[in-house]
Amino acid sequence: MMLELTDVKKSFAEPDGGELPILDIDRFSLGPGEQMVLVGRSGCGKSTLLHVISGISRPDSGHVRVGEWDITLFTEPECDRFRAEQIGYVFQNFNLLPGFSALENVLLGMRFAGGRTDRSRAKHLLDRVGLGHRMSHKPTQLSVGEQQRVSVARALANRPRLLLADEPTANVDSGHQQQVIDLLRDTCREENVALLIVTHTPEVAEQFERIDNLEDFNRAVVK
Amino acid sequence: MSLWKIAWRSIQQRSLASALTAFGMGLGVALVVAVLVIYGVIDQSFKRGAQGYDMIVGAKGSPLQLVLNAVFHMGDSVETIPYSYYEELNEGRFSSAVETAVPICMGHDYRGFPVVATIPDMFDKLTYLDGREYAFGDGRNFHMEDPFEAVVGDTAARKLNLKLGDEIQPAHPGENPEAKQDSDHHPFTIVGILDHTGTPNDRAIFINLEGFYSMGCHAFAPSVAQTFMQGKKSGAGEDPKHAKEKPAEKGKEPPATAKEAQDHEAHDHGPVPLDERQITAVLVCTDQSRQRLAMALPGVINNEPIAQAVMPSQVISQLFEGIIGNIQLLLLILAILVVVVAGVGILVSIYNSMSDRRHEIAIMRALGARRVHVGAIILLESILLSLGGGVFGLLLGHGLVGVLGPTIAEQTGVAVSALQFQLDELVLIPGLLVLASLVGYLPAAAAYRTDVAKSLTAAQ
Ligand SMILES: Nc1ncnc2c1ncn2[C@@H]1O[C@H](COP(=O)(O)OP(=O)(O)OP(=O)(O)O)[C@@H](O)[C@H]1O
Ligand SMILES: [Mg+2]
Repeated sequence: MMLELTDVKKSFAEPDGGELPILDIDRFSLGPGEQMVLVGRSGCGKSTLLHVISGISRPDSGHVRVGEWDITLFTEPECDRFRAEQIGYVFQNFNLLPGFSALENVLLGMRFAGGRTDRSRAKHLLDRVGLGHRMSHKPTQLSVGEQQRVSVARALANRPRLLLADEPTANVDSGHQQQVIDLLRDTCREENVALLIVTHTPEVAEQFERIDNLEDFNRAVVK
Repeated sequence: MSLWKIAWRSIQQRSLASALTAFGMGLGVALVVAVLVIYGVIDQSFKRGAQGYDMIVGAKGSPLQLVLNAVFHMGDSVETIPYSYYEELNEGRFSSAVETAVPICMGHDYRGFPVVATIPDMFDKLTYLDGREYAFGDGRNFHMEDPFEAVVGDTAARKLNLKLGDEIQPAHPGENPEAKQDSDHHPFTIVGILDHTGTPNDRAIFINLEGFYSMGCHAFAPSVAQTFMQGKKSGAGEDPKHAKEKPAEKGKEPPATAKEAQDHEAHDHGPVPLDERQITAVLVCTDQSRQRLAMALPGVINNEPIAQAVMPSQVISQLFEGIIGNIQLLLLILAILVVVVAGVGILVSIYNSMSDRRHEIAIMRALGARRVHVGAIILLESILLSLGGGVFGLLLGHGLVGVLGPTIAEQTGVAVSALQFQLDELVLIPGLLVLASLVGYLPAAAAYRTDVAKSLTAAQ
């Protein structure tokens, strides 16, 4: 398995001192190069799950295996390094750093992975997402759809094994929505990257063979 | 892409706020530099001003006043000593400890520039600063045999627009030189213009002592001379008639018998007879090969009632440490406070940007940046702003010194150049680094502690 969660529990402290359980997942897994979509109503814990998978948040208990590593055993810096090298991330918005050009945003993704920053790969990826001619543009000079394409290129910069996309099309108009989804699916296939997309849009979800509803397997959700 | 570049990009992104905070830092640093350089140069020049000679012999009284008068040509004129005292130093009983002795007479000026009556040895035998020899940019030194020759310092020549061959008529301060043209005083002809020395001599005009005496100046009333020669304190010999004649001009100086006598006899007599001649001071270069004797000399002179011997370097150091040094310290503290305030400005600016930046930090962390990375980026930003402002301030400060330099040189004869760097300025670099780290610490710690999951969720 590419990704495997076992017995993962995560709760947040409530202001009154109590514990609010958000995630309680017995088992969740994803194969290498597999593409799936995760749905569920707002607040059911989708973003929190992605944070736990990427090591941004630690589960209270349980194990998260990515490839042959159990990231819950890593120290925080190890976890950061691992995320830089193995996991790509695309967000809904505020994806790009405003002070940096498109190319620099992609290079920035390489900076923290420890390896050399590979300019030719960065350029190749921007070419691939159709922005080869706009590499020196700042995010404010790009449309939201174009910004999302840059962030797809950046997420793939370090040849990750897993790409997490948290509502990547929520702010993109429906015309460009399909463009972003196609791009994600095609590039992940080309690079053999497993893809996990969170979405609220039924038209997007319908295109995937595997659609999981987090409400179904997250025991923390009060039905 | 290095962390430096990432930090630089976030500075660029907030270019106006960054430029303003760095500018504030620059102003503070420029102030520090200006204070350091100007005081450093003044300090050096003051201490070196007298290096051509190591001792000044003049009338008993305030050593400081004697030094100000003889070295810097400033302040009220002091009492005088008999010319014979110069002879004692030059060829008499003190001469074995003396290498060079040069008499000077002060108290006259020409259009606000001090006039020093002396002998050619002033430029032939004495040196200035670190043993540099006087040179004439134009003309030559004056000759002992031509009593009405004069040479002019560089600044004085420029300011007064004096050329070779021009004639000048020295006067007592306050007198109108033009009005005296028709008097029986012989004018002095300029035969040489000195090269720039960076010493107070740049502002002075030097005339032949012989010519000076033929103006009837610095003579004793014979009775007074007698008193002095016998080694008694003067005052008794004062001629009341003279004292009344020009009370306004002399102000409330102490019984300046000799001086009173000088100008009055001047107008109706020819050259002053030798035994009535007076001088302000003797600039003495002691004989370094006879250190014992040389070291004993001041003691001997000071034990006698006629004169005092002062070490100009000592007096100047005391003056400097006592008064000017304290002013420098005060100004320096103020300037450093400005730098610290500018540092706090950087802190506030970065800290204010932290709320906007939480998203950026969260994105970097999601891309795999460690806590130390994002903390370091903020710290580097603070360092870049401080050092950038500091470099700007260094340039500004030296530019300021360059702009003020000519004025300072004109006013004081002390040459200040924009390229004069003080060793103390080197402290600025580690100092600014420490300051930048201190002010950068708070926002850097905030960046370090940023809760990524929360910030990412908030950004969605
Ligand atoms: N840091 C936190 N502290 C306390 N509660 C939190 C925190 N982060 C998330 N939560 C809560 O956890 C629950 C799940 O949040 P999460 O963002 O994972 O939902 P989501 O499924 O992504 O929702 P949406 O579809 O609206 O993005 C929410 O009820 C939220 O209020
Ligand atoms: Mg969410």
